[in-house]
Amino acid sequence: MDTMRDRFAPVMARLLDEDPRVAVVLAEIGKDSFQEVMRAHPDRVINVGIREQLLVGAGAGLALAGLRPVVHTFASFLVERPFEQIKLDFGHQDMGGVLVSAAASFDWPEGGFTHMAPGDVALLDTLDGWSVHVPGHPDEAETLLRHAVGPGTGASDKAYVRLSVQANAAPMPVDGERFLTVREGRRGVVVAVGPLLDQVLAATEGLDVTVLYATTVRPFDAAALRRATSAGVADVVIVEPYLAGTSTAAANDALVDVPHRVLGLGVGRRELRRYGRVEEHVRAHGLDAGSLRERIAGFLGA
Amino acid sequence: MTTTTEHTFTYTDLPRLMGLMTGDEKHGPAATSTLDALWVLYDRVLRVTPARADDPGRDRFLLSKGHGPMAYYAVLAAKGFLPVDWLEGFGAYDSPLGHHPDRVLVPGAEIGSGSLGHGLPLAVGTALGLRAQGLTDPRVWVLVGDAELDEGSNHEAIAFAGPAGLERLHTLVIDNASASYARPGGIAARFEAAGWSALTVDGRDHEALYEAFTAPHPGRPHVVVARVEPKSA
Repeated sequence: MDTMRDRFAPVMARLLDEDPRVAVVLAEIGKDSFQEVMRAHPDRVINVGIREQLLVGAGAGLALAGLRPVVHTFASFLVERPFEQIKLDFGHQDMGGVLVSAAASFDWPEGGFTHMAPGDVALLDTLDGWSVHVPGHPDEAETLLRHAVGPGTGASDKAYVRLSVQANAAPMPVDGERFLTVREGRRGVVVAVGPLLDQVLAATEGLDVTVLYATTVRPFDAAALRRATSAGVADVVIVEPYLAGTSTAAANDALVDVPHRVLGLGVGRRELRRYGRVEEHVRAHGLDAGSLRERIAGFLGA
Repeated sequence: MTTTTEHTFTYTDLPRLMGLMTGDEKHGPAATSTLDALWVLYDRVLRVTPARADDPGRDRFLLSKGHGPMAYYAVLAAKGFLPVDWLEGFGAYDSPLGHHPDRVLVPGAEIGSGSLGHGLPLAVGTALGLRAQGLTDPRVWVLVGDAELDEGSNHEAIAFAGPAGLERLHTLVIDNASASYARPGGIAARFEAAGWSALTVDGRDHEALYEAFTAPHPGRPHVVVARVEPKSA
């Protein structure tokens, strides 16, 4: 199967053709896949070199000039290193844009911790107005990229799209807004985010629980969680492919008027100092089906 | 000279306008370090007026050094972008005029600033965005302070803009020798090393500023270093 990132340049090529507002800004990373697109749109596909403050600042400058910038690099260098540029150049300036990351959590374990940013979504949670899309399949990545970039988007709409090499076997009909109900049960609700759906489905096989599938996690689909918990117990497990607990507060807010419990599972905060393969990191963070089943069943008593 | 509905303002009115914010018509060199360069730009160089504030073809002026914006607000008021009676509220809770400008609140302000080192990258993006839309006429100006150039983000922008040939991009450096670590001539040299056209002038000399602002610089971005009295003097 191709990866979400393999779809990025082809989708952008079509969006650049369709919409004269769209521009892509790169900082070396990913430029090879844009060679052809760059030739077709030399003024709207811009590589600024290894300069991530400029990457985000110039992206926002394109928005000031009336374009819809799509800014891409690895999450460590897109969200963490130039975080103040995201906060001020987009947020404070009241400008819109789309940040598209790759390799956020542990897509390249051999690369080590310098190329991991599992805190990306939590960091964006400190800011106002960012939609966050976490596709779980390359087809979903296409859908969510198109949704985030436009043409239905306003000039101040801000979106983050998190592309990963982790993926589910089959795509789901995601819409860029709502959670999907994949299974229904009475002993609790498990929210599976993006590429962790397959693990969650395997982990909850035979358990009497509802499984919601979330790819657009901000804004958080509070209505879907309230609906899912209204029939049975308001016990919720959120399984996220980034920092554990990132969406716990959002779930609490959604259930503010009912007694509830929330368990947040995801990537641990502790630095592992391990290389190796993606599967090994999935296991190390307890996100494989076996570990998830133990933790989910233990929490829900299911 | 500019005519607003109420009054026509000239350079000599600026101390009084600044006095509405500071409570005193006498201002030290630090408060007025940008004043002459701003006046020459808005009076003679920038092709932007309140009526053209949303015109895609207007020249852009980005104040990156947002500290001490009284001179900027005074010039914007003199040129009719904002009402003179806003000036007295400077810094108040319900005033649009803060000690760092906010583009959402201040008519005519292209960017909000305060945190140093954001304006030049934003200006690079603006110049790229105008070029991408075939708007090859508008010029983009960004004002930075000499100490602001300590921030590395500026150097990302400077090093990119020269080789990228961003001819419509202009940087105005107000040099009041406020950087703790600097070498004489270092500012222009750094821009020149990145392929910019560079001129250094007396930041109080209106004719010299005008000549430097309008000097041709085909194929290259342009920097004007305007030297004023040292901040510590």
